[in-house]
Order: sequence, then structure tokens, then C-alpha cells
Amino acid sequence: MAAMRAACIAAVLLCGTAPHAFAAQPPAPQDEFKPVGNNPAPEQIPAAPLLIGAYIVVLGGLFAYVLSLSRRLGAVQQDVQRLEGELKRRGRG
Amino acid sequence: MPKWFTPAAILCGLMFVISPVLIARAPDESSMGMVYKIYYYHMPSAWMFLLAPLVCGVSSALFLARGRAEDDRRAWSAAELTVLFGALTLITGPLWARRAWGTWWVWDARLTSSLVGWMIGWAYLILRRYGGPGSDKLAAGVALFGAVNVPFIFISVNYWRTIHPPTTVVPKLPVDMGVPLWFCVFAFLLLFVLLMTMRLRLEEARTRLDALYVALDE
Repeated sequence: MAAMRAACIAAVLLCGTAPHAFAAQPPAPQDEFKPVGNNPAPEQIPAAPLLIGAYIVVLGGLFAYVLSLSRRLGAVQQDVQRLEGELKRRGRG
Repeated sequence: MPKWFTPAAILCGLMFVISPVLIARAPDESSMGMVYKIYYYHMPSAWMFLLAPLVCGVSSALFLARGRAEDDRRAWSAAELTVLFGALTLITGPLWARRAWGTWWVWDARLTSSLVGWMIGWAYLILRRYGGPGSDKLAAGVALFGAVNVPFIFISVNYWRTIHPPTTVVPKLPVDMGVPLWFCVFAFLLLFVLLMTMRLRLEEARTRLDALYVALDE
């Protein structure tokens, strides 16, 4: 009996929430990109700052990473050379 | 560095200088206008963000199976690139979405799984840095999850309902939109190879440094 009641409650809850779940689904995606042609697209949110910002982020991020990598590599290679020199001196001594 | 590194680096630099010209010449998209041009850097970044965890996962699997240090070094290098390209993808995507979708972020399968993949990359790096002894194998296990997540990220837009464009957009691109995209993809791929080479060299130098410290102590 308890199982029956639980099943009924679950069914009612499912029926009650399912339409909301489906209603919350996002609209269908755009599955094709088409050139604008002669009809310029309406601009509500200015695109240029977002576009320029995105390119600055990518190029700036890549540049910063290359710089960081070069510095780390340079520092480690310097340490390697220093220790190799020290090891040679000890070998001679 | 290997002999091919400098010519490849020059070529890659030239490609990144030329790419904005090609992108500027590409036509605007009919419904999104010019903001869709973020796509030309967003998508190649995203592909490298998928490639890096695959390299990390395969290298980690090889490391767990064979125990060779070079596999571990490759995995560590790829994990760092996962975080780099993941950051670029997850920043440029919302900048595009703000104009195209009217919102910075939606919790759909693509964006959520991408965020999870990026956090797995961070988890790997944090484990390697602060995990102490044995963290190499623990991190390799984490990297396997990162690699398994990649196909999920890729197909998620085709299986779950989302406003993110599906993977079918790329083959349907007209030539004047497709040429700049593939140019950028090759530029990013070349950059990925160059960064992997540099990062691997750093790991090799660190290994050499550790060996030298041990030799000096003895």
C-alpha cells in the first residue's frame, strides 16, 4: 500500500514538473552560419568591444604564457649550467 | 631546441599576424553580425583544449603502464596547455555568447563539461605541485578522467539540447568563412606543438637539475 502511494505521489510529481522541465529547455541551436549578404544584422549589444576583447584575451594570454615559459626555462637552464660548473670544479678538486 | 623549432616559430608568428587580416575580410554572419568572428580564435582554442587532455590522458596511461619518466613529463606539459587553452576558450566563449545569446553563460552540457574538463586540468597541476610523493600516479589517474571527458564535450552539442552551435556548423561553412577558420586552426595547432616542445624542454631541464643536485650531494 505504501509502495502504491509512493508510486502515485511520484507520478503526480512527474506530471506536475515535466512540463516545467520541458519549458525550461533552451531553444533549438543555430546549425548553420550564413554570410550577412545585403541585410546587415541588427546590433543591440555593441559587438566591437566584445570582439576586440576576445582577441586581446587570446593574444595577450598566449604571449603571457610564452613569456612565462621562456623565463622558467631560462632560469632552470641557468641553474643547470651553474651546477654543472660546480660539479666539474669538485671533480677537479 | 630541435632544428625545426625556430623556422616553425617564425611561421607560427607570421600566421598569427596574417590571421586578423583574413578574419577581417570574412563576411559577417546573418544573425550574429560581426561578433561571430570571435569564433575564429574561440574554436581553434577549443580544439586545442580538447587535444591537450587527450595527449595528457594517453601519456598518463602510458606512464601508468610502463612507468617511463618521459610519458609523465609529456602528460604534465599537456596538462598545463589544457589549463591555458581551456582558459582562452572559457573566456572568449562568454564574450561571444553575451552578444549572440544575450547571456554570458548557460549551464548546458557543452559549457558545463568544458568547465569540468578545465577544472580537471587544474586538479592535475595542483596535485603535481602540492601532492608530495606519489602524486605523479595520482595525477595520472586524474588525467584519465580528463581524457574520457573529451568525447563527451565534443558530442554534447549534438545529443543534448543547447543554444551552442553544433559540430555540423564547421563542414557547412561557406568558403569565405571556412578559409580563415582552417588557417587559424593550423596556426593554433602549430602553436600547440611549439608550446608542447618548449614545455617538455622545461621538464627535461628540471629532471637534469634534480639529477645534478643529487650528484652534488653524493
